[in-house]
Amino acid sequence: MTAPTTTEPITSYTSAPQPETAGTAGSAGIAGASGLSQGGTPGRPTGDQPRTATRKAQQFDVRKWKQYLTFLALAGPNLALLLVFTYKPLLESFKFSTLQWNIGSPSARFVGLQNYVEFFTSPKTATVMLNTAVFTIATVGGALVLGLALALLLNRKLKGRGIARTVAFAPYVLSGIAVGILWLYIFDPRYGLLGTALGWFGITSPDWYNSSPWALIMVIIVYLWKNLGYVALIYLAGLQAVPQDIYDAASLDGASKSRVLRSITLPLLGPTTFFLTITTLLSSLQSFDLIHAMTQGGPLGSTTTLMYQIYQESFVNGRAGYASAAATVLFLILLVVTVVQLKYVEKKVHY
Amino acid sequence: MVALTVNPPRTRRPSARNDGNFGLGKRSHLLDAGGYVTLIFAVLVMSVPLIWMVFASFKQPNELYSMPLQWLPESFDGANYAHVAQTLPIGRLFLNSVMLTVVGAGLKVILGLTCAYALVFIEFPYKKIMFTIVLFTLLVPQQITIIPNYTLVSQLGWLNTYQGILVPGLASAFGTFLFRQHFLSLPGSVLEAASLDGAGHWRRLWAFVVPMSYPTISAVLLVSLVAEWNDYLWPFLVIDNAEMMTLPLGLTLLQNVDGMNNWGVLMAATVLVTLPMLVVFLVLQRRLVAGLTAGAVTG
Repeated sequence: MTAPTTTEPITSYTSAPQPETAGTAGSAGIAGASGLSQGGTPGRPTGDQPRTATRKAQQFDVRKWKQYLTFLALAGPNLALLLVFTYKPLLESFKFSTLQWNIGSPSARFVGLQNYVEFFTSPKTATVMLNTAVFTIATVGGALVLGLALALLLNRKLKGRGIARTVAFAPYVLSGIAVGILWLYIFDPRYGLLGTALGWFGITSPDWYNSSPWALIMVIIVYLWKNLGYVALIYLAGLQAVPQDIYDAASLDGASKSRVLRSITLPLLGPTTFFLTITTLLSSLQSFDLIHAMTQGGPLGSTTTLMYQIYQESFVNGRAGYASAAATVLFLILLVVTVVQLKYVEKKVHY
Repeated sequence: MVALTVNPPRTRRPSARNDGNFGLGKRSHLLDAGGYVTLIFAVLVMSVPLIWMVFASFKQPNELYSMPLQWLPESFDGANYAHVAQTLPIGRLFLNSVMLTVVGAGLKVILGLTCAYALVFIEFPYKKIMFTIVLFTLLVPQQITIIPNYTLVSQLGWLNTYQGILVPGLASAFGTFLFRQHFLSLPGSVLEAASLDGAGHWRRLWAFVVPMSYPTISAVLLVSLVAEWNDYLWPFLVIDNAEMMTLPLGLTLLQNVDGMNNWGVLMAATVLVTLPMLVVFLVLQRRLVAGLTAGAVTG
C-alpha cells in the first residue's frame, strides 16, 4: 500500500507467453530433430561407395523427419493444450502471487512477498488450514477404512452382492452439486429425513446448517457417501487380484480370519492403498461442489477449506493475487506430500 | 463395516476337525448372518437418499412440510417439474449439457489416443520426458490453474461461450496414461506386419490399434462422459448467461432463485441432473468400472 505503485498492464503477463510457449515447444522439437539427422550424415561423398551410403543416409533422414512430423501431428495437440492450460498457468500463478490485483482488472500492483506474509500471519489462515486438515483427513481416512470394510464385505460370497456393489457405487457418478442439494434436504432441521431417523433412536438432530462443528461434519458425511463406492470398488479389484492359493495355504496353516487380514490381505493391498491415498487426497483437497452447494463456506467460515477460500478471494472478494499465493502454498504442500509418499512407497510397498 | 469387528468364537482346531462340517457350518452361518445384516444396512444407506429424492420430486408442499414425514407422494404429479421448466430454460440447458459432454469427452479420447500412440509407437527424442510432463499434470490442482486460465479465457473473449467451457479442460492426461499402458501390452508383430504392408502411422492407429483397444477406449470414454457431465467449477466461473448454462449450473441458479427450502422443485431439478448419469451408469456399469479400476491396477 505504501510501496511504490508501479502499475503494470496485466496483459503483459497473460496473453504474451501463450504463443511463445507453443512456439518454443515446436521449434525445440524441430531443432532436436535436425540436430540428430545431421549427426546421422557422414562426410562428403568422395567415391562410389560412400555416395550410395550418403543417399541411404539422406533417405534415412527423410524418413526420420517424416516420423518426427508425424509424432508432432499426433502428440502435439495434447501436449500443446497441457502446456497452455496447465503449465503456463502454473508459472503464471507464481507471478500473480506477487501482485495486488482484482481478477479481470487491467492493472495490478507489484507487492513482492506481501501476499505470502499476509497468508502466513492472518488468523483466518489458521482456521482455513484447520478446516482443510480436518476435512481432508476425515474424508481420506474415512473413505479408506469404510471403503476397505465394504470391499471385504462385497468380496464374500453373499447373495445380492452384485446389487449392493451397484448401489454403493452409484453416487460416485452423480453431480456433486446435485448430491449436495439432495443431502441438504435430508439434513433439513425440520423436514429432513435424518432428523426423523435420529428421532427413532431418541437423538435430537443438531442444527446442521448453522452450528460450527456440525456443518463441517455434515459436508464430510456427504463426501464420504458420494465417494465410498469408488474406494470400495478399487479395493475390491485389488482383493480379487490376490491369488486364491495364498488364502488356501493360510487356512491350511490354521490362520485365523483376522490374522489373514492383517498378515496377508492388507500387505498385499499396499499398492492399492497407496494409489487410493494419492487419488483421494488430490480430489479431497480440490473438492468444491459439495461445499458450494451446501454451505458456501459458512457458517462463519467454519466449512471454508483452502480450495473454497481461493475461489472466494479471487472470484468474490477481488483479491486474485492473494488467492494465487494461497494456491501456490497448496501446490507446494501437495508436491511435498506426494514426493514423501512416493519415497515411502518405494521403501515399504514392495514385498 | 461391522462385519470386520465381529470375530467368530474360536473353535479349537481338533474339535472342529472332529465334528467337521457341523462346527464349521454353524460358524459360517453366524458370519453370513452378520454379513447380510451389514450388506442390507449398506444398501439402505446408499439407496434411500436417492429414492427419497425421486419421491420428494412428486410431492406437493402440504406433503413435504408435514410431520411425521410421509414416504410416498399422494400422486405422481409433475407440478414440480413444470415449475422447473418455467424457471429455467431446461430444454436449452439439457442440450448444452449433452452437447458439451459428448464433444468434450469425444475430443478428449481422440487427443489421448493420438498422444499415447505417438508416445508408444513413433520414435522421437526425449519421449520419456514428454510422458512425465503429461503425467505430472495429474498432480497440478485445479485451484492453481483457474485464476490464470480465467484471465486467458476472458482476454480471448471466450466468457459465456462453449469454447470457453470446453477448450481449457480438453487435454487428456488420465486417458493418455491409460492408453499408453494398454498400447505397451499390444502384440508388436501385428503392427510390424502392418508397417511392412506399407501402412502409415495414421492407418496403423485407426485400422489396427484402435480395433484392438475398444475396451480401453470405451472405459476412458465413459469416465470422461461422467466427468464432463458433472463438471461444475469451471463452467460456473466462465458462464453467467442462463442460455449457455449446463444442468448443474441451472441447479444452483434455481437454488438461488427459488430459495433454499423449496424442496419439491429442487428435488425435481436434482432428478433431472442425476437421472441421465444414473441410466448411463446402470446400462454401462461394467465398462465404467473397468475404466476406473484400470488406473488403479496398472498404476
